[in-house]
Amino acid sequence: MNFRRLFLIATPYFWLLALFLIPFLIVLKISLSDPAVSIPPYTPTLDLSAGWGSIKTFFTELDFENFIFLTEDALYWKAYLSSLQIAAISTFLALLVGYPIAYAMAQASDSWRPTLMMLVILPFWTSFLIRVYAWIGILSNEGFLNQLLQWIGLINEPLTILNTNAAVYIGIIYTYLPFMVLPIYSALEKMDESLIEAAEDLGCSRLSAFWLVTFPLSRPGMIAGCFLVFIPALGEFVIPSLLGGSGTLMIGKVLWEEFFNNRDWPVASAVAVVLLLILIIPIILFQRNEQKQREADQ
Amino acid sequence: MNRKFTLFNATSLTLGFAFLYLPMLILIIYSFNASKLVTVWAGFSTRWYGELLQNDAFLDAAWVTIKVAAMSSTLAAILGTMAAYVLVRGGRFMGRTLFSGMIYAPLVMPEVITGLSLLLLFISIGLDRGIFTIVLAHTTFSMCFVSVVVSSRLVTFDKSLEEAALDLGCSPLDAFVSVTLPIIAPAVISGWLLAFTLSLDDLVIASFTTGPSATTLPMKIFSSVRLGVSPEINALSTIMISIVTVGVITASLISKRSIARKQGEERTAATVDASAA
Repeated sequence: MNFRRLFLIATPYFWLLALFLIPFLIVLKISLSDPAVSIPPYTPTLDLSAGWGSIKTFFTELDFENFIFLTEDALYWKAYLSSLQIAAISTFLALLVGYPIAYAMAQASDSWRPTLMMLVILPFWTSFLIRVYAWIGILSNEGFLNQLLQWIGLINEPLTILNTNAAVYIGIIYTYLPFMVLPIYSALEKMDESLIEAAEDLGCSRLSAFWLVTFPLSRPGMIAGCFLVFIPALGEFVIPSLLGGSGTLMIGKVLWEEFFNNRDWPVASAVAVVLLLILIIPIILFQRNEQKQREADQ
Repeated sequence: MNRKFTLFNATSLTLGFAFLYLPMLILIIYSFNASKLVTVWAGFSTRWYGELLQNDAFLDAAWVTIKVAAMSSTLAAILGTMAAYVLVRGGRFMGRTLFSGMIYAPLVMPEVITGLSLLLLFISIGLDRGIFTIVLAHTTFSMCFVSVVVSSRLVTFDKSLEEAALDLGCSPLDAFVSVTLPIIAPAVISGWLLAFTLSLDDLVIASFTTGPSATTLPMKIFSSVRLGVSPEINALSTIMISIVTVGVITASLISKRSIARKQGEERTAATVDASAA
């Protein structure tokens, strides 16, 4: 192995070891520690200079107390469950909103498609925070939506949407919609149009041709889109804290508050470890779906 | 795909794009509202832009954000390109699985966990937190995005071009600079742009990894937005949305033109070949 190759491999490798893997091991370690009134606010701390004896006592003092605490305090498991629920509902709604858009894009003429693609991607480049913020002015009691609905005469009293879970659903659908539309679009775009013609020749109506041919063929795209919305939505912090209310429990928000407001580092770390364990399942399923797609493409 | 553009398709595109763009449009319109009350229209005014430009806290935060984004995206472009090259061309080496895992994991890692873990690292090694630590944090997650973008380009690119350069006496470094780099350059640039916007945008990781000395623009926006809608933030959002829109449209026009030019060149070459034969 020559020096240049070693340098090329080692530089990004060590960067990621130092700033991704080691930090995560620290989180794992602190999640097994006990909170303490000191700086840093946990015990035990590892002192390598004190030799073998201290390393041994360090390991004997680590325990799963924080994880047991997470199961005992209803706040945490309720927050995990409600994060899963909020992420699942918004993913499903995003699929309902995103599918017709992707379908229409795939049927547009070739000259329109690049423009439509750009229109879907453009919001993704604009600030996430600003896109969430835009909804505060729309959904509040005296906001744009309520003014409009009252002006039409649909409602007499303003609806309370901001600071409820409904606002969180809207926020997640809005910000993650491109992630849903693009994979479905690319699945539909690859489809051979003669398949539909064949189905229609064989006596299918347009609707049944859609159900029997188009819909199943777009399933890998739908699955990919759902994971791309579900995975980030699960750990979301900004949307529930700006659009959600005090009743909106999401684990990202709980972790933030545990760390910054309660200053309980060990519990915050334990919350992070459990969140990651929950995320591993959808991530593996997503990877498997991608792998299958790649094999099917070849 | 069956190209029948029906009323249904037109409706779903109109509604879909209305959903995507109306919120931002409303935000832009109300940034020119004379009233302090954000929901009551009281005539056209550019007052909030003036007040924004005199707000030192926002200007300082904007400057910090741009510095962080410029440094972290440049570092991320370099490290991400190296990582992509290692993944696609590196062959076998010890710990390759771990390496590719570390490239893909940050892409799906919740921001709160990335932020928390980096903060705990910086505290445990006693690093002073500020601009420097935010740059380290942003570089780490955005280099993974760069590497995904660049490696998808490297995979499609013909390895024999590099080998030809080596056969003709180029050193590996020469071959990389004069053959590989020009071909993957568009991917490196879009990776850099992606890293830049990710850094500009990030609230959560910056909040965890910063110290009292550095406040970024998203942190500033977040703390004032928590108190409710403000016309100054509307003005700031309008400026940011316009910059991005102009940037993205220009970039897509440039790439469209270079594709057209390349196709033109290929066509000319083909005609020359044909007439020679």
